[in-house]
Amino acid sequence: MAKFEKGTTVKISTGDRIFAVICYVIVALFALLCLYPFLLVVAASFTDEKTLVAEGYRLIIHKFSTSAYRGLFATNQIFYSYGVTIFVTVVGTILSMLATSAMAYALSVKNLKSRGHLAFFMYFTMLFNGGLVPSYLLISKYLGMRDTIWVYIIPALVSAWNCLLLRNFFQAIPESLSESAKIDGANDIYILFKIILPISLPGMATISLFYALAYWNEWYKAMLYIDSEKLVSLQYLIMKILRNADFMASTAGANLSVVIPTQTTRMATVVATIGPIILLYPFLQKYFVGGLTVGGVKG
Amino acid sequence: MKKQKNDAEMLTKVKSNIFKDFAYDIKTNKWLMLMCVPAIVFFIVFAYIPMFGLVMAFQDFKITTGFLHSKFVGLQNFEFLFTDDFARVAFNTLYLNVLFIVATMICAIAIAILLSEIKNKYFKKVSQSIVILPHFISWTVVAMILEAFISTEYGVINRVITSMGGTAINFYQTAGIWPVFLTILRIWHGAGFDSIVYLAAITGIDQEIFEAARVDGATRVQCLRYLTLPLLKDTAVLLLIMAVGKIFNGDFGMIYALVGANTQLYEVTDVIDTYVYRSLTEISNVSMPAAVSFFQSCIGFVLVYITNAITRKVNPDSAVF
Repeated sequence: MAKFEKGTTVKISTGDRIFAVICYVIVALFALLCLYPFLLVVAASFTDEKTLVAEGYRLIIHKFSTSAYRGLFATNQIFYSYGVTIFVTVVGTILSMLATSAMAYALSVKNLKSRGHLAFFMYFTMLFNGGLVPSYLLISKYLGMRDTIWVYIIPALVSAWNCLLLRNFFQAIPESLSESAKIDGANDIYILFKIILPISLPGMATISLFYALAYWNEWYKAMLYIDSEKLVSLQYLIMKILRNADFMASTAGANLSVVIPTQTTRMATVVATIGPIILLYPFLQKYFVGGLTVGGVKG
Repeated sequence: MKKQKNDAEMLTKVKSNIFKDFAYDIKTNKWLMLMCVPAIVFFIVFAYIPMFGLVMAFQDFKITTGFLHSKFVGLQNFEFLFTDDFARVAFNTLYLNVLFIVATMICAIAIAILLSEIKNKYFKKVSQSIVILPHFISWTVVAMILEAFISTEYGVINRVITSMGGTAINFYQTAGIWPVFLTILRIWHGAGFDSIVYLAAITGIDQEIFEAARVDGATRVQCLRYLTLPLLKDTAVLLLIMAVGKIFNGDFGMIYALVGANTQLYEVTDVIDTYVYRSLTEISNVSMPAAVSFFQSCIGFVLVYITNAITRKVNPDSAVF
């Protein structure tokens, strides 16, 4: 706007001003709407249980209490689940990025004649798949991954969509860079690690974040394949707490020996689960918004 | 529009000789081919081999007898597709998906346009970060958060209703309102994230066009109506085609996490994927779900081709391939 104000013929009309104000107001409102549930949950998790039951969920904490968190961390289950989820997220993201960046780089090299075939080979899996049952039988019966931690990682190792996105990032890199290295006798693996990856940090950060989030938020696999308590992921733990409470509510009073998860404990579980994401988010966010804008989903 | 070019390239390449190309690459680009091996093995094992499992859609499949010895029953498993049950879940799937796609797309475009109009850098950055954030929260967590809002006794909404003198509504037993809830949650969860793509498209528009229009006396609203919106059409259509291919696939992750085993909501929220999942786990019917998956994949494939063909006729620039 400042550009126009410096003596050009463009006038900023009242209508334009009103429009600008409306934009600010709507964006601010939507941002608040996005944030409100989080604030509500955090407030509830620090509220005294009795106060919450009496007053309902509120943004303002009337009676502060950390008992929900003490209750949550009193059992070992949440630590097991944290361990599982952190392991899966870290190891899974590293393995995924290795396989994905290798394939994506190969597909970005114009010399590779079969890159079109290979890209279609991946693209096809996005449109057509065998469905739940064959995958289930394959993973649990034939590959014997049932009830192991690898079932979270291996079957989700490469996402075709992420790989094609990363290829777009790599394609934007001038070819002369890798060509000069090739003339010096470097092989492709060396070029990928020493030349391409260091200058593709925004793209790598973006795709890593996508993978990390997919691993962090995984609960479906736990439901299908995991039996032992020690291998239950954080998200599935939440699911179980939620379902358990539903079940208890529907058969209220039938069995009081089982502890019903209290409202505040449930909210504390939510905070414990999304806490790491929220803490890491500001650091990663700048990369990936920039990364997506540069690479562009649609180019 | 790099992606379109890539896809077009992809298709023409497929028509050329696959074996000759592979032989050439293995000879001259052996390192590159070697780098593809992990991903290729992954896709073969976890994407292509399960596709052969679709044969069970035509069998009376028993886990004890396996693929090789189960009896072939022709199209018997597909009879389910003509039952009332299927009509109901198929309708719900379509209805909810159309609601989700349209609502999220409109909101995402609106957010992108509004964000692009904001000149204060700090305000823009912070608000953008906030609207994207919900995308990173899993549906299981969303289900818990939702409870804080709609719980009969403690929920925010019911507290507001009772404080105004009304009686609390048990939303978990009021099926009719759930499409609204689900759509709102979908917007909350995804619209901000989707707006990144549109915002990138807006930023990519040549700023000189806007300046020229402004010099000619166009107001901001006119710029928006006659410049930005038409230029966003390509991106919107492209994303729409991608979405249409999945229109018969219910969002299991979302619906199951939010509704779960709440039978009172099935009337409006039960989608193909949740129904199939239940028949799989509750009555151990293996062949029918396979038949349904097969049907879903085929329909998706055909729909993508049809929408794409129509788009290519109407506006070649918007087509995916």
